[in-house]
Amino acid sequence: MTSSPETQGPLSALDRPNSYIGKVVPRPNLDRLMQGRGLYVSDLELPRMAHVVFVRSPHAHANIVAVDAGAAKEMPGVIAVVTGEELASVITPWVGVLSHLKGLKSAPQRAIAIGRVCWQGEAVAAVVATSRAAAEDAAEIVSVGYEELEAVTDMRTALDPETPVIHPSLGNNLAFERTLDAGEVDAAFAGSEEIAEAEFIFGRHTGVTLEPRAVVADWNAAETRLTIYQGTQAPHMVQNIAALHLGLEESQVRVVCKDVGGSFGIKVHIYADEMATYALSKLLRRPVKFVADRIESFNTDIHARDHRCRGRIGVTRDGTITAFEIDDLTGIGPYSMYPRTSAIEANQVVNLVGGPYRTKNYRARARVVFQNKNVMCQYRAVGHPIACSVTEGLVDLAASKIGMDPLEIRRRNLIADDAYPCASASGLRFELLSHHTALNKLMAMMDYDALRTEQAALREKNIHRGIGIASFIEVTNPSAAFYGVGGAKISSQDGVAVRLDAQGSVVCQTSITEQGQGSESLTAQIVGSVLGVSMSRVRVILGDTDQTPYGGGTWASRGAGIGGEAALQAAKILRKNILDVAAAILQSSPTELDIADNAVVNADDGAPRIELRELARIVYFRPDTLPPGIQPELMATRHFVPREYPFAFTNGVQASWLEVDTDSGFVKLFKHWVVEDCGTLINPQLVDEQIRGGVVQGLGAALFEKCVYDERGQLTNANMADYLVPMSGEMPDIDVGHVVSPTAESELGAKGAGEAGTAGAAAAVANAVNDALRPFGAVITEIPLTPQLILTSLKRI
Amino acid sequence: MTAPLPISLHVNGERVEAQVLPRLNLADFLREHLKLTGTHVGCEHGVCGACTVRVDGEIVRSCLTLAVQTQGSCVETIEGLSDSGEITDLQNAFRERNALQCGFCTPGMLIAAQDLLKHEKEPDRAQIREHLSGNYCRCTGYQAIIDAVEETAGMRRERKP
Repeated sequence: MTSSPETQGPLSALDRPNSYIGKVVPRPNLDRLMQGRGLYVSDLELPRMAHVVFVRSPHAHANIVAVDAGAAKEMPGVIAVVTGEELASVITPWVGVLSHLKGLKSAPQRAIAIGRVCWQGEAVAAVVATSRAAAEDAAEIVSVGYEELEAVTDMRTALDPETPVIHPSLGNNLAFERTLDAGEVDAAFAGSEEIAEAEFIFGRHTGVTLEPRAVVADWNAAETRLTIYQGTQAPHMVQNIAALHLGLEESQVRVVCKDVGGSFGIKVHIYADEMATYALSKLLRRPVKFVADRIESFNTDIHARDHRCRGRIGVTRDGTITAFEIDDLTGIGPYSMYPRTSAIEANQVVNLVGGPYRTKNYRARARVVFQNKNVMCQYRAVGHPIACSVTEGLVDLAASKIGMDPLEIRRRNLIADDAYPCASASGLRFELLSHHTALNKLMAMMDYDALRTEQAALREKNIHRGIGIASFIEVTNPSAAFYGVGGAKISSQDGVAVRLDAQGSVVCQTSITEQGQGSESLTAQIVGSVLGVSMSRVRVILGDTDQTPYGGGTWASRGAGIGGEAALQAAKILRKNILDVAAAILQSSPTELDIADNAVVNADDGAPRIELRELARIVYFRPDTLPPGIQPELMATRHFVPREYPFAFTNGVQASWLEVDTDSGFVKLFKHWVVEDCGTLINPQLVDEQIRGGVVQGLGAALFEKCVYDERGQLTNANMADYLVPMSGEMPDIDVGHVVSPTAESELGAKGAGEAGTAGAAAAVANAVNDALRPFGAVITEIPLTPQLILTSLKRI
Repeated sequence: MTAPLPISLHVNGERVEAQVLPRLNLADFLREHLKLTGTHVGCEHGVCGACTVRVDGEIVRSCLTLAVQTQGSCVETIEGLSDSGEITDLQNAFRERNALQCGFCTPGMLIAAQDLLKHEKEPDRAQIREHLSGNYCRCTGYQAIIDAVEETAGMRRERKP
């Protein structure tokens, strides 16, 4: 552990009277959003602002023979039509690799394609006009000549010798491969009494943020400074990348992030069309706005989860799991995404399979191949849903082989709650998890035995309900081990500055960002609690590289655990500084004073001594009345990054209760339960809502969501009517319970909660569907579980 | 493209006169001409519900409605419903229940929910889920929204027996 709590008074910083920690308090920014008075990038307008629309390739793989923009340039309102060659004078290409993912390779990618397009939707020209409508009109008459090339679409044949190599300079279509062999896998399988195996297939899906990606880039030629207004999760990362590729210093780039209409990992990357927009602003010396339309979102927002994973599990008759083995294959599109790369998901699958269980025998191979489809990269719960579905699917298959209840086999194999600290077979280090406590709590919440009885009774009436269980672990609070060590300039530390203003209110600047998770609220809760100031008097500023300390932002379930701890430590310093000044003013000692309800009070009897408003008045306007030698510092800054553990693992377990209509193939979800352990709960309601939202995204993957490509690499359902996401009518109520095992890495003790719901939801549903279908002997290891898939497995169609 | 046409309508109680192209949809008219940016555009093809507004008392998808169709109509947006106080209780319930995260769907969701509450005094959860099933929310998982609408219905029944 790197730090131990410092006590400044009789109570710790978190246990003070009137603490907001652990309380349900409404988020301070909600009224703005509920009244339609937020400011999303799509709402933003600047003087002389132009709009860009991209001409995009209709082909998955083609040479660009010619671009004729003559007629388009004559259209009303058109300012410029810019090709890849023309834009290359302003912006350099990039390669999405990280050095710690050994062997990962990719080809240079450009803001706008030059010479060749590698997926349907890649931009071939930019049309900039005075309005979006004018730009769209002109884009329609830009004539592009293509020479179609064979498209590599099936990941299973991407490495075959007869398959074309998408980037000949790379030699083959293999982007990345990782193998792992831990323990004695062959011996363990040889010693197993039963072995189960299956191929797990995952539909490619995407985040569908309700606000599409949007950016306004404003190059001020006089200031030689670029201001980027973007709905991003990582403003400093955007600053670094934009500067790097536009030939600027980071000080010449400001990134401002106001309200963001959904992110989920979709908005943590750098997209070619966003880079093109930055470059166009510089080229045209005026603000340029890009807002993706929904078809563009489906064709260019990162996709995820397109995996086929063979898995094998060994088990003995007493229920002991002896070994796991997987062989994972994933197709990532034509480029590894920038700057986080597209190898992370497969790498996570290798890391996480078998993670909740005791066995040390584990062999894995993951291969990541290029295809002529849209790029894949990190989306909420990166790799977790794959690893969890494979692991938990295998555990259920093993239980079925030996005739053991699914809960019982988990109970016999989950790592014991008193075994920590320990490590997984793949080398993940666990500080403190609570699998068994969580499982017991889940059983009680769902009344497992009663549900089994109900299930059996309904089966008599030909009603087929199923119970599915899925234990999981979740990566949160990532240190530099995620990206920094691989050479990406993506900060793993975050900073918070807190100051007392001249009326005794608090202004807090944090480097974490807000996309609805509650970053603003949890920061105010922590700062208000530590300082003894009402939350209503704490204003939080985030999402502006000119205004906030340097930091990573909000992604990978890091905001509360890392940014929250920085807020706690900064507030503690400010508190000390306030008490020092108060002691000088009151001719007292700091140890005899405390702050409560916006006033300095006596530590012993709580009697008010001086309002913070009055203290601030003296400090700012009458410093002449302070004793000589006193220089108050009513602003404090602290940064934090976990150092002991590369990641703060959390754990949890989910359960699904559903019915399969064996005539129609439809699945009806009745109830979903989650027990999750994210350490200290800063605001239980915000945690629960992160979990519920995450579960529903996982339920979408389980039942509905899939980007359907044809064999020519055409995305056939790139609209909201054909790409199905969960709607309110189909979703169940979700009960959420907690176990609290704080991390000792920080005084706050908070781990993350953003991925947990998504991590295990699909696995729980798939196990429940298979449980429902048990009388039919059908086993399905593919998602989404469409009616067609279910009826096929039942041999009804 | 043809020439702009004159339209005259009321938006949130204010009279508006404008010249608009026949192809301009109501969402773009509200956002780009009147700067009422609380009406959000999520899909531009009538599926997501983020652009829901009220025209002459009925909820419509403003992305599927042409501005010229609102000639002589009364259009109400989230800004108007917020200022009139008509949905203050519903907004309070959303706040207390954290029934929004990113907030992008929220104006449309509130307007759709208010439409249900006007027509149905005692909706059960299934009815609420059904009525809101044309409004995407990618953040909350819907449960908090259903809770908030149910809560508001209950409060309104208590106020007006």
